[in-house]
Amino acid sequence: MSNTPADTAPFSAAREVLTAAEIDRALTRIAHEIVETTKGGRDLVLLGIPSRGVHLAARLATKLEAITGIPARDMLGSLDVTLYRDDLRHSAARTPAPTVVPPAGVDDMTVVLVDDVLFSGRTIRAALDALNDLGRPGIVRLAVLVDRGHRELPIRADHVGKNLPTSKHESVRVELSESDGADRVLITDRTEPRGSAL
Amino acid sequence: MRHLLDTVHLSREDAIRILDVAETMSDVSGREVKKLPALRGRTVVNLFFEDSTRTRISFEAAAKRLSADVINFSAKGSSVSKGESLKDTAQTLQAIGADAVVIRHPASGAAQRLARTDWIDAAIVNAGDGTHAHPTQALLDALTLRRELAARAGVEPTGRGLDGARVVIVGDVLHSRVARSDVWLMHTLGARVTLVAPPTLLPVGIETWPCDVEYDLDNALATGPDAVMMLRVQAERMHGAFFPSVAEYSRRWGLNEARLGLLTPEAIIMHPGPMNRGLEISAAAADSPRSRVLAQVANGVAVRMAVLYLVLSGAPSTEGA
Repeated sequence: MSNTPADTAPFSAAREVLTAAEIDRALTRIAHEIVETTKGGRDLVLLGIPSRGVHLAARLATKLEAITGIPARDMLGSLDVTLYRDDLRHSAARTPAPTVVPPAGVDDMTVVLVDDVLFSGRTIRAALDALNDLGRPGIVRLAVLVDRGHRELPIRADHVGKNLPTSKHESVRVELSESDGADRVLITDRTEPRGSAL
Repeated sequence: MRHLLDTVHLSREDAIRILDVAETMSDVSGREVKKLPALRGRTVVNLFFEDSTRTRISFEAAAKRLSADVINFSAKGSSVSKGESLKDTAQTLQAIGADAVVIRHPASGAAQRLARTDWIDAAIVNAGDGTHAHPTQALLDALTLRRELAARAGVEPTGRGLDGARVVIVGDVLHSRVARSDVWLMHTLGARVTLVAPPTLLPVGIETWPCDVEYDLDNALATGPDAVMMLRVQAERMHGAFFPSVAEYSRRWGLNEARLGLLTPEAIIMHPGPMNRGLEISAAAADSPRSRVLAQVANGVAVRMAVLYLVLSGAPSTEGA
C-alpha cells in the first residue's frame, strides 16, 4: 500500500488499497468464478448498478466473452435502483440512470448483480426490488469489487474482489478509468456522506 | 426543486434535468409492471378548479405509477360551489396531510398564491392557471421535440437542450398559457420560436417575449420549421369578436392540407389538445404521420412523473423554481 495525495477529497489523506493491476486480477478471478458456478456461462445476465457497477459489469462481460465465446452484448445490462432506495425522502433528489435489460430478458436466468462497494447492503436490497419488477430470475447472485463490511441488512456477496476491513469513519472510493481517468481503490477519512462510491 | 410554478424561472439546468428524468420514467411505461415505489406513502392531491380531462388523468397516472396515493378534487360538487375560499381549501388539504398539490385554476397566479403562503406546506405543481402558465405541458412539448431532434441526429436525447431548433406556434396566443410556457422554456433550451396569430389574438407586451412574431402562416411555414404547434381556439374564453368568422380563421390560420405540403419532410405537428378538427387543424393534418399528438400525451405522463419525483423526494432546497 502506498500513500497518494488526496487530490479530490480535501482535508483527508487517501490510501490506495487496490492498484489497477490488482483490480484487473480480481475481475478476472470473479469472471472465472461466474463461469464455474453457471456451468460455462449458460443463461447468464450481468446487471451493473449505476454508475461504477455498470463499468465493472462491462469489463466482466468482456472477460466472460473471452472465456465462453458468448457475446458480451447478449449478457450485459444495467439496473438502476434510484427509485427503489429507502432514503429518497432524506437525501437530495438523485437523477435516475437508465435500466437496460439484455434481449433475452431476466426470466429464469442466472442474474449476477454487479456493484463496486458492498457496505450497508441497502443498495442491493433496492436492486432486488427493482429486479422483481423486471421479471422472475431463476437465480440472483451478487458480485462486488470491494466488501467493506458494516452490513445493516442480511445480505452477502457471492463474488468478492477484495474484503476490506474498514472503520465506519472511513470512506471507500472506487475510481475507474471509464469515469475517473484511472483505476484504483482509495480509503479516505470520511469527508463525504455515506455512499460516496455510488 | 420545491415547486413547479412556471417556466420563466426554470433554469436550463433544471429543465434538462426534468427532461432527463422523464426519459428514464418513460421506460417504465413499456414494462410489464408499470409501477415504481419512489413515492410510496406520499399523498398527491389533484386540485382542479377548472375542467380538464387529459391533464388530470395524466397527473393521476403519473402519481399512481410512482405509488403515491392520489386524491382527486374538482371544484364542481365540492364545498367550493358552496363558497369555500382557496385559503380554506388549502388549509383543509394541509390538515389531511397532502405532500403535493397539483393545482388547475382559472385565475392567473393561483399556484403562486398557494406556494408563497403559510396556508399549506405541500409542494405545489401548477397544472395551468388562467392565461399565465402551464409548465408541464411545455416540458412535455420540449421532451417530444428533443426526442425527435435526437433521433434525426442519431444521438441520445439525454443531457441535451433544443439548441438550433425552430418552432412555429400558431393560433390563440392571447388566451394560451401553453404558448407562454412554451415560449419561455424553448427559449431557455436554445430553440427559436415564432408566434403566428391574428393581431387581435396577441397579448399586449408581446414585443418583450423572447420570440419572433409573424401574422402570415404561409410565410412562417416557408421558413422550414422543425415543429409546428397548433393552439386550440379557446371558445370558452372568447368573450369578444377576435376574428370575423370561424371559416376565415380556419382559412388564414388553420393547418389544412395545402399547408401540409409547405412543410419540410422531417417537420412534426404538435397540438396540446383537445383539438378542434376543421378549425385550427384539419383532420388530414391531425392524422398525418407527422402528427405527434399521441406521443405528446404519452410523454405527458413521463414528464409529470419526473416533476412529482423531483418535488417530492430529497431534502428541501432553497431554490423556488
